[in-house]
Order: sequence, then C-alpha cells, then structure tokens
Amino acid sequence: MGLSTRLRRAARTESARGLALVSPPLFYALLMLAAPLGTILLFSFWTQDFLTIDRTFTLDNYREALSDPLYGELLFRSLRIAGAVTVVTVLLAFPIAYFVSFHVRPDRKSLWLFLITIPFWTSYLIRVFLWRVILAFDGPVNGTLMGLGIIDEPLSWILYNANAVVITLAHAFAPFAILPIFVSLERIDRSLLEAARDLGENRVMTFLRVTLPLAMPGVLAATLIVFIPTIGDYVTPRLVGGSGGTMIANMIQTQFMRLNNAPLGSTLAVIAMLSVTVISVALILLTRRWTRGPR
Amino acid sequence: MRGGGLKTYAVIYLIFLYAPIVLLPLFAFNDGTIIAFPLQGFTTHWFAELVRTEALIEATVNSLFIAVVTAILATCFGLFAARAGTRHRFPAKAGIMGFIMLPLVLPEIIVAVSLLVAMLQVGLSPSVWTVIAGHVLICTPFAIAILNGSFANMDNSLEEAAIDLGETQLSTFRLITLPLVMPGIIASLLICFTISLDEFIIAFFLSGNEPTLPVYLWGQLRFPGRLPVIMALGTILVALSILLLITAEYFRRRGLRRAGLKDTGGFL
Repeated sequence: MGLSTRLRRAARTESARGLALVSPPLFYALLMLAAPLGTILLFSFWTQDFLTIDRTFTLDNYREALSDPLYGELLFRSLRIAGAVTVVTVLLAFPIAYFVSFHVRPDRKSLWLFLITIPFWTSYLIRVFLWRVILAFDGPVNGTLMGLGIIDEPLSWILYNANAVVITLAHAFAPFAILPIFVSLERIDRSLLEAARDLGENRVMTFLRVTLPLAMPGVLAATLIVFIPTIGDYVTPRLVGGSGGTMIANMIQTQFMRLNNAPLGSTLAVIAMLSVTVISVALILLTRRWTRGPR
Repeated sequence: MRGGGLKTYAVIYLIFLYAPIVLLPLFAFNDGTIIAFPLQGFTTHWFAELVRTEALIEATVNSLFIAVVTAILATCFGLFAARAGTRHRFPAKAGIMGFIMLPLVLPEIIVAVSLLVAMLQVGLSPSVWTVIAGHVLICTPFAIAILNGSFANMDNSLEEAAIDLGETQLSTFRLITLPLVMPGIIASLLICFTISLDEFIIAFFLSGNEPTLPVYLWGQLRFPGRLPVIMALGTILVALSILLLITAEYFRRRGLRRAGLKDTGGFL
C-alpha cells in the first residue's frame, strides 16, 4: 500500500476530519491567544532599559511586584472587589433565575431571558458612565431619597469608591450570572421536588436539600464567569471608582501606556492571571467536595 | 403566594437592569449642558451636532468596517468549530474546544495587552486590522455558542440522504446544511457585529491613531461640555444594538421553528 493511499484513507477517518475542520479556529486561537500570552510571559522575565528591552532572564519584575506594597494592595483590592461583585451578582441573580425557571409560563420564558439579556448587549462604556450619573451627588438616587425624606444630605459613599464599582459591575454582569443558573434549574427533574414534598419535607427544606444542591453547577459556573473577567475590569474603576476603587487593570494599563514599562506590566498581568486561576481551581474543588459532601 | 413576591422582585430587578438605558434618551433630548436632574426642556440640538463632528464620522466608519469584517470572520471560524464540535469525535476535543472558547472568560485587559505586545514584537503597528484580529478572537466563542445550537438541532439523516442520492460533500453542504443553519449564521453575524461595535478595551489598546466609536467616546468623556453630545451618540448606539438584537432573536427563533423544535431559551 502506497503512502498516498494510506494518507487518503487516514484523511477519511472520523477523527482526522474533525481535526481538519476545527483547525482554522484552533490555528487562529494559537496565533492570536497562545502566542501573545506566551509573549507576555516571556516579557515578564525581561526588563525595561529606558527605550530598549533588556532580554536577560531575571526575576526582578516579580521581586518588585511582590515587594512594592502598592502592587500588592491593588491586587488584593481587585480580588476583594471582584469577590464582592461575584457574591452580590450571584445572590441577586439566583431569585431571578429561579423565578423564570419555576414561575414563568414555558412559552414566556424566552421573552423573560431576552428582556434580561438586552441591556447587556448595549454599549458597556455608556452603561458604566450612566451609573456615574445615577449615583452622582445630584443624581436621581440621591434626589429620590432626599425627596422622600429618607436622607437629609446626599449619600457620599455611593460614588468614587469601591461600592460604586461593585454596584456598577453587579449590573454589568447580571446576565452572565442569571443564564448559567437558569440552565441548571431547568435541568432539574421536577418529579424530584414532588418526591421530596411527598416524603414530608416542607418547601424550604425541599429547596435547601434538593433544588439548591442540584443547581450548584450553575451557581459555580455563574461565580467563575463573573469573578474572572471582573478582576481585569478597566473601565468601571476608572469611571466610578475614584482613587479608592482603582484596580489592577488600571495599573497594568499605566505600566504599558504611560510608564512605557511593558515588562513590569506583563508581570502584573501574569500575576493577576495566576491568582485568578488559583482561586478558580480552589473554588471548583471546594464545590465538588461540598456537593458530594456527607450523605 | 410565593410566586407573587418573586415576581415583584423580578420587576424591581428589571428596573435596575434598565435604569441606565432609560435615562440615556432623557439626557440626549435634554436642553441643558449639565447631565443631572431636573431636566431643562426638549431639544434635538445634540443630535444635529453629531453630524457636524468630523472625528466622529471617521470613528464611525472605522467601527463599522471593523464590525463587518469581524462578524464575517468570527462566524466563519464559528462554523468550522461548531460543525467539528457537534458532528465529529477527535483527540483532545474537550481541550481544543475549551481553548477556543477561552476568550469568553479571560479578562479583556489580558487579551488586549498580550496582543499589543505580541504585535509590536513582530513589527505590526496598531490599526483597524489589529483591532479586527482581537475582535475576531473574542467574538468567535459567541459565534460557536450560537451555531452549536443550530448544528445540534439539525437532523443528521438529511445530510446522509443527500449523499445517498448522489450529491457530493460540497453540494450537500451548500444545498442542505447551509440553508438549515442559515438562521443561526445570521444571528451569529448580528451578535458579533454588535459585540465588535461596542467593544472598548481591545480597541483602546490596539487601534493606534484610527479610533473606533467607543475609543472616541472615551476620549470625549473628559470634556464636560461634550457630554450631551455623547448622550445623543449613546442613544443612537443603544437603539441600534437593540434593533440588531431583536433581528438576531427573530432569526434564531425562525431557525428553531425550521428545525421543528420548541424554544428553550436565549443566546448562550
């Protein structure tokens, strides 16, 4: 059997055709994602020498990033804010997903989901900027609360600090949290709930012992899909965060664009990604143990 | 009733979700330079000023060009990946598909800086093309998610029947597969177009001196006097996004009906 026939036969196999089909997007992702990520990893071990890059391998950037309290604080603040955003977003989203899955007529569900996702598809920049208007000193929130006589003077803790960042991001990432939770709730076999009720559990216990554990994969997906991108958010801290709400992405941008220190910027990006990965993996493992849990 | 309480919460939540979008047109038509309440009166002055701003028109042209090219490329990649993912088994499938979907969860700033550094390293200077490269990367996962649905809903036996009746692989794809996934393709094109049009971070890093609309907008946010014009521009952008989405949703549902399936949810 000649080589060409063997090749032709191999090309006809299932897996070869699958690989051939997936190769254009795969090649693109390797070129535009893997290679650039590799490049910043490389850069993080180099140093900036005025206008040129010194390509000798060194851990200096990591030493600087880890010893300078400024970077450490920014990273921890980013993790803290992202953590708060995640908790707030998922807690606010769960009842909505539950409502749509359990209380909305099946033919109305997609309308509700559509209504929930529309704001997400509109300009992110404009939405964030409008939160600045809404939360402002003379904005509608303060105006309404003062008009109702609930407060005497405008609230100052809702803009230009970490709280404003949390509110704005909780708004921006709402659909990201609602959709995965909704999907996992939809998958729950409704007869399990009836069984729990028939066996004498009340509504609350049925929810806690049947619905919630079965929805956990969705909650975990929602947590990760909110947590990971919010760590690297740039626009929200810049527009509504003030000086107390600055996050690591703002520092990465400053290093690249203002201070012209690509190696240190790369190092910060690598450290941010590593922290996100470690926390995400820990979360996944913890949830697995918890859902398997004591029987 | 429990559902009643939840429904009240759901309505309040929707108000929270829509608050910024509802405020936008109020300020765009407000006859005052300060973005605050109380409103001053009705004017279309800010919209008229939009047309007179030359930099804005340039940015719009850049944005439209980027969005069109991105939508086409990302949808093509999406077709390949979704087809391979739903129809074929191959080694390391979960890993490969996961890697292609990765930009969906990766912080955008990471994608943006790594692309910038890599492109400067190989000597490419920032332009509309570098923005397109970045946008295709982040739009492809969305295209795959939408097209996965179209391919998964398609009946395999239709293609087999065409092959049995003597059509070639290529003509089967053109005559059977393509028409059946066409609604998905249109939905994917529209969604990718919308994402690219609104995307800021990657464009901010990679556009150089050819700004897109959001990059132009970002620059204008610094000037308080320009804010009403920005509100007018925002109103147009948001209206356009919503229009595109409704069209995309219409095609997605038509696709489901064509495949004889019941609607189970939105995108993603």
